[in-house]
Amino acid sequence: MSDARELYQEVILDHHRRPRNFGPLPEANCSSEGYNPLCGDRITLYLVVANDMILDVSWEGSGCAICTASASVMTEALKGHTLAEARDLFARFHDVVTGPPDENPNVDGIGKLAVFSGVREYPVRIKCATLPWHTMRAALDGSENGVSTEQEQS
Amino acid sequence: MSRKPTSLQNNNVDTLDVSALRREFPALVQEVDGHSLVYLDNAATTQKPRAVIDALRTYYERDNANIHRGVHALSVRATGAYETAREKVSRFVGAAHAREIVFVRGTTEAINLVASSWGSANIKSGDTIVLTGMEHHSNIVPWQMLRARTGATLRIAPLTSHGEIDLDAYRALFQNPVKFVALAHVSNAIGTVNPVAEMAGIAHDHGAIVLVDGAQAAAHLAIDVQKLGADFYALSGHKMYGPTGIGALYARSDLLEAMPPWQGGGDMIASVTFAQTTYNVVPHRFEAGTPNIAGAIGFGAAIDYIQSVGFDSLTVHEQSVLDYAVDAVGSLDGVRLIGTPVTRAGVISFVMDGVHPHDAGTVLDGEGIAVRAGHHCSQPLMDFFGVPATTRASFGVYNTHEEVDRLVAGIIRVQELFH
Repeated sequence: MSDARELYQEVILDHHRRPRNFGPLPEANCSSEGYNPLCGDRITLYLVVANDMILDVSWEGSGCAICTASASVMTEALKGHTLAEARDLFARFHDVVTGPPDENPNVDGIGKLAVFSGVREYPVRIKCATLPWHTMRAALDGSENGVSTEQEQS
Repeated sequence: MSRKPTSLQNNNVDTLDVSALRREFPALVQEVDGHSLVYLDNAATTQKPRAVIDALRTYYERDNANIHRGVHALSVRATGAYETAREKVSRFVGAAHAREIVFVRGTTEAINLVASSWGSANIKSGDTIVLTGMEHHSNIVPWQMLRARTGATLRIAPLTSHGEIDLDAYRALFQNPVKFVALAHVSNAIGTVNPVAEMAGIAHDHGAIVLVDGAQAAAHLAIDVQKLGADFYALSGHKMYGPTGIGALYARSDLLEAMPPWQGGGDMIASVTFAQTTYNVVPHRFEAGTPNIAGAIGFGAAIDYIQSVGFDSLTVHEQSVLDYAVDAVGSLDGVRLIGTPVTRAGVISFVMDGVHPHDAGTVLDGEGIAVRAGHHCSQPLMDFFGVPATTRASFGVYNTHEEVDRLVAGIIRVQELFH
């Protein structure tokens, strides 16, 4: 492990202090909740999905800096992408944060998400970074299967 | 808001030679991320002194054999060492007889044993079990499982805003019949030392049986189950400088004698035919299968170690460091202590403005400071204080004032990073 400053990049601290796309999204047609019992991280993700495209996305919740920053950066990264692109981005992000600490992460094509590459050196914190993404995937699975909790309620 | 804690022993001078004592713990002498280790996670598990490590090695290198059966020399030695360890535990907790000590994996298993055996035989639908609002999950879930089996009712003794038992509210619970009380001696999450003798006295006045979870007390306080009025007392070896995987249940002999067996198997029987089985005498009736022999012997060595230090000097030193930590951490701007009990042992818990406890824990780890961040298996207590988690620093006999200074410097570094 290394200096915590390498984990807590300025971009992460910035998104933690001022989370983007934070708040409910009344027009959302797809949502999911994620919970990490280890940290107590708890987030709700809202998406507006149409024609296989993520038109808008927001989130609410509370948690550690890694989780909240990951949720914030993720929402920025997802907007305007197709569902397939969103899933592909998760796969790339997952590889970056779970890869072996002694190998250089492949951050091609993931843009700002690369700031989370330091997480791979902190095994107990990986779930903090991936929780928003798992929540996103659960929301999309629910949407595509037509069993989103939001849809059932409406 | 903050109240001056009262030391358990006020007027004594700290005479413990801590630097000599620290040299007996090999794991304390190491670097983490280029910093000398500051180990403040003793409520999770303590480090082990050389005497305990040597006892394990000696057992495996010289005496290793199964117990209670073998006619050969090694088995006789192993049996003797195992039963000697039981006597050590018995004296350590002030039991009347060594047969009141059942070896178990740890506090969790001890509580589950009582819930399964005594609970199933004695708790009926509609009976009330009282817990407190500061219990560890291991002193909640077994009773919920018993409730599910029997239809019993759980009632929770509420806390004050300082994280102490509200004794008037506790007393009021006995206006209705109570069959059983389960309470922590010391809170693992916030360090409160509960007035066990008074609470057990109230319970006994109303005919209730009392179990005390002593996991967080045994390393810090001299225990006398008879003076405390504990009918059952559970403890873990690894939280008091002993090995993992071993602990003890003290059970008052008349209760233990009347309890049905828990697990069936070898060693817990007197004779077996396919028609019927006659069970062994206590405590062996509750120790089915080959036990953790090495662990029990190491547990005994840990008790010897604690007694070689002596609770008098141990308590004075620990309270001195703990009081210093309460003052130093509690007076930092942007830091709030969770739990401000008057009587405290071993633990401080805190939250920081704008910093999640897990982030604080990660940054402190980068400074070589090992703390625990999370809900400490006490989610109802976290809910009571309205926090998802805390950062917990917990102390052992080997911790120093200088290590508290390192913790304070680490907290300030966390604040600088997350300013």
